[in-house]
Amino acid sequence: MSLQAYLTLAAAVFCIGLFGVMTRRNTIGILLGIELMLNAVNINLVAFARFGGDVTGLIFTVFTICITVSEAALGLAIVILLFRVRRTVTADHLDLLRG
Amino acid sequence: MFDSTFDAVVPLLCVILAALAAMGAEAFRARGERMPIGGLGIVGLAGAGVSSVLLWNRNAASFGVILADNFGLFVTLVLVVVGVLTIMFSSQVVRRDALPAGEYYALVLFAIAGMIMMATANDLLVIFLALEILSVAVYVLTGIRRDDQRATEAAFKYFLLGAFSSAFFLYGIAFTYGVAGSTRLDRVGAYLAAQSMSDSPLILMALALLLVGFAFKISAVPFHMWTPDAYEGAPAIVTGFMSTGVKAAAFAAFARVFLSAFEPFSADWAPIVWIIAALTMILGTVVGVAQSNLKRMLAYSSIAHGGYLLVGLVAANEVGKAAILFYLLAYAVTNLAAFGVIALLGSRDRGNDELRDYAGLWHTRPALAALMTVCLLSLGGLPPTVGFIGKWYIFSAAVSAGYYGLAIIGVLTSVVSVFFYLRVVVMMYMAEREVAAAMPPRVTGVSMAALAFAIFVIVYLGVMPTQVLDLASASIATIF
Repeated sequence: MSLQAYLTLAAAVFCIGLFGVMTRRNTIGILLGIELMLNAVNINLVAFARFGGDVTGLIFTVFTICITVSEAALGLAIVILLFRVRRTVTADHLDLLRG
Repeated sequence: MFDSTFDAVVPLLCVILAALAAMGAEAFRARGERMPIGGLGIVGLAGAGVSSVLLWNRNAASFGVILADNFGLFVTLVLVVVGVLTIMFSSQVVRRDALPAGEYYALVLFAIAGMIMMATANDLLVIFLALEILSVAVYVLTGIRRDDQRATEAAFKYFLLGAFSSAFFLYGIAFTYGVAGSTRLDRVGAYLAAQSMSDSPLILMALALLLVGFAFKISAVPFHMWTPDAYEGAPAIVTGFMSTGVKAAAFAAFARVFLSAFEPFSADWAPIVWIIAALTMILGTVVGVAQSNLKRMLAYSSIAHGGYLLVGLVAANEVGKAAILFYLLAYAVTNLAAFGVIALLGSRDRGNDELRDYAGLWHTRPALAALMTVCLLSLGGLPPTVGFIGKWYIFSAAVSAGYYGLAIIGVLTSVVSVFFYLRVVVMMYMAEREVAAAMPPRVTGVSMAALAFAIFVIVYLGVMPTQVLDLASASIATIF
């Protein structure tokens, strides 16, 4: 397969994630969308590393996977906290701060 | 030389060690035992400050990715000042709001470590890593009051848009890596300089995505939506910390990436940044006028200040680059002091951050009212404060680079912004105090010392800015 194929796949996954973030009303769904976007980039990095014959991209990917996981953990923790104090996980109900 | 490999990371290590010590102290603390954990942080930050001064002019590099050049060290010193002031203001707030002291100080120190790393990083991978270190710490700090509905909502919104923007930023880095074959800024710059005539779509895409990522972090319009909510909901002192520290670190990385690596493509990005800068200044000011909550008003004001910094970035001449660094220092000290006053006036149940809470403050707390006035005048850019000098250099850089439009927008928005800063001043001195309002709490000596130091810097640099300006222009000369 060519580099273009991988880049297209990554772009498609990124856009699906973006669409999810924009349209989901449930906060967990929004988090899933962000995860998709971040992982799409990993496909890109690995593809560039493979076709460029350079290991930097692979090392970079290991780092981004770690960061993504810790971010997801933090995100879920905040959602749980939000549910505890507000009894809702729907993004539209979060309207205390506006103006 | 083997023995000098670690030189450039010494400031960073000082802060990280202090953060680890804070975590350890909290873990081994007996229930109810009081520990001076904030003091640990001050020691670590002092170490970072001293080592930065010693590294000055040495251009030390560690592992090829952390570069302690004068530019990075200048920003490191600004961040050290931000950190020390934050910790000094926090001591009172942590006790009053019963925040978990060990976690709070450890998170502040980890965030500062991330900021220092971001300011001195010379590799896109390390910049991303640093960005995440500081962001994760600041998301948690925003929601550190776990029983507060508004703080939790602010943390969630900040986290969501922060993570969203990191995805764009990371995508931009991936394209840059794919095109240039390296994530090191010097190699990317060398590659792009050789390619400067051919606008390959991949390069432009990388440029656009990186720009979006940075614009989110410095809350430039149209990527500013999270800023007012996050700044209003977070505890006032955390807002002060993130509106100055995060912005300084993000701007340092922004300037380093765009003025060194992507310099050959400045014809492509300068017009876009021009528009973003103009929109940021206008929106921050115009919407700020309509706010009745002081924290939210200062949030819009900090958006506008981001716009002024962008003007320096667009101008990108010698004056402009030095002006960015000087303005970062001016803005950091002034804004942090203003949020410090707000934090000190709050109580555990009420933030006391509505504009009407400031009515008649002069009669109950004359010292705080006077200090707040100096901060607001400096934010508005009136002489003889540091805000005036900072704006003066930013706008003169824009004029000498031929960007008359930006300079005019900048001056006009500054004039409008004086209106809403003065509204607070009028409220403090002339309005009658509401009878039912509670007396503002006492201020401890440590917080007062921090405020006095900030005011001293504001006025001193407003009267005699030459030394620091020379330092700023000397430090910017080392990399660009």
